[in-house]
Amino acid sequence: MTLNAIKNRLDYQGALLGLVVLATCAALAFAYQLTREPIRAALENDLLQNFSQVIDDSLYDNDLLTSKAEIERNGKPLTWYQARKEGEVTAVIFPITAVGYAGNIEMLLAIKANGEISGVRVLVHRETPGLGDKIEVSRDPWITGFSGKSLDNPQPENWGVKKDGGEFDQFTGATITPRAIVQEIHRSLEFFAANRDTFLEVQDD
Amino acid sequence: MTDYRRLAKEGLWSNNMVFAQLLALCPVMAVTSTATNGLGMGLATLFVLVGANLIISSIRHFISQAVRIPVYIVIIATLVTLTDMLINAFAYELYKVLGLFIALIVVNCAILGRAEAFASKNTIWDSFVDSVLMGIGLTWALVAIGGFREILGSGTLFANADLLLGDAFGFLEVTLIPDYRGFLILILPPGGFIAVGFLLVAKRWIDQRLSKDNKLPQESAGCTVEGHG
Repeated sequence: MTLNAIKNRLDYQGALLGLVVLATCAALAFAYQLTREPIRAALENDLLQNFSQVIDDSLYDNDLLTSKAEIERNGKPLTWYQARKEGEVTAVIFPITAVGYAGNIEMLLAIKANGEISGVRVLVHRETPGLGDKIEVSRDPWITGFSGKSLDNPQPENWGVKKDGGEFDQFTGATITPRAIVQEIHRSLEFFAANRDTFLEVQDD
Repeated sequence: MTDYRRLAKEGLWSNNMVFAQLLALCPVMAVTSTATNGLGMGLATLFVLVGANLIISSIRHFISQAVRIPVYIVIIATLVTLTDMLINAFAYELYKVLGLFIALIVVNCAILGRAEAFASKNTIWDSFVDSVLMGIGLTWALVAIGGFREILGSGTLFANADLLLGDAFGFLEVTLIPDYRGFLILILPPGGFIAVGFLLVAKRWIDQRLSKDNKLPQESAGCTVEGHG
């Protein structure tokens, strides 16, 4: 039988497909093993870089990546990280999410043990380029204005954008984005205050 | 004897994936907001295209007609996943920009098109040459569209080139129009359509000029417009 005749048989076609799938799966499994460690390292490195944006190096001497715990927020588990210096809790870091003009705005918030904000950074967002994207620190220093703020600085009634009688700037042409962020940060500060004891209890590595 | 000049002319110009075949529009619109992104996407696609053409051409005698499409798809999808993993592991900064769109390469029917139209009928070497030329054609098209949108949309060219090519290529990043306030619509998705439209017109215009200069009868631009993918 020639190859051409065999090629028309159903069992040959089935075996061919099976063989191709087997070979490709083997290639993928191999590549997965090869890239798993670098991918994990890249993700960790990325997280550490984000941490260093919101918290000063002098505030901690522990390994932030391993000092993590979970807490429930709005019915969902939230992973948070604890910064310690010489055994004392100095700050906590956790991700927060505001609902912006075009979907979720993912941020990272670090609050010092005394309730002051150490820093906030926007990690992922889809706000309008040129308008709402001034929340990125690389485009506008606006987001750094939150550092040092706390629940009573400014007073609760001033925790809003200027348009709403608050103290934070909005951007020309974009009010929804800053308003969402200010409100979410305020809510997160309240969340921290409500769970202060859990957050400030030393977590085992 | 293979006519490499014809292959080069087709891949780079007259049968260009984007400007003549009008394929690959999905990744074209999605990622070309800057020239750097276009280059990254073009190179990733080139890699998949070359791999797919090589593999398919080398097993072309064993693939039976009836199951060829699933075989091609499995091979292409595997290569795309491999590319995705490799970029994620070794070029994480780039992955943060392109990550969402790497998976889109699999729906780029130009790759399946090359497998079906060329690699399944030609030798390994010819398929390799064809895929490299087609890939370069796609890459320059993406860079052209990205550059067009970036220059007019944000006044820079090759922004973040260092993320893609390493710090040594940071010099590529130039601000062409200082204090430019930006032309938002070109950065947003509609800008992709506008840019492709203008560049298509430019290509057709050049084709027309060339055919007049050479006093050749006007060919139908050597393209079949199949608007999908």
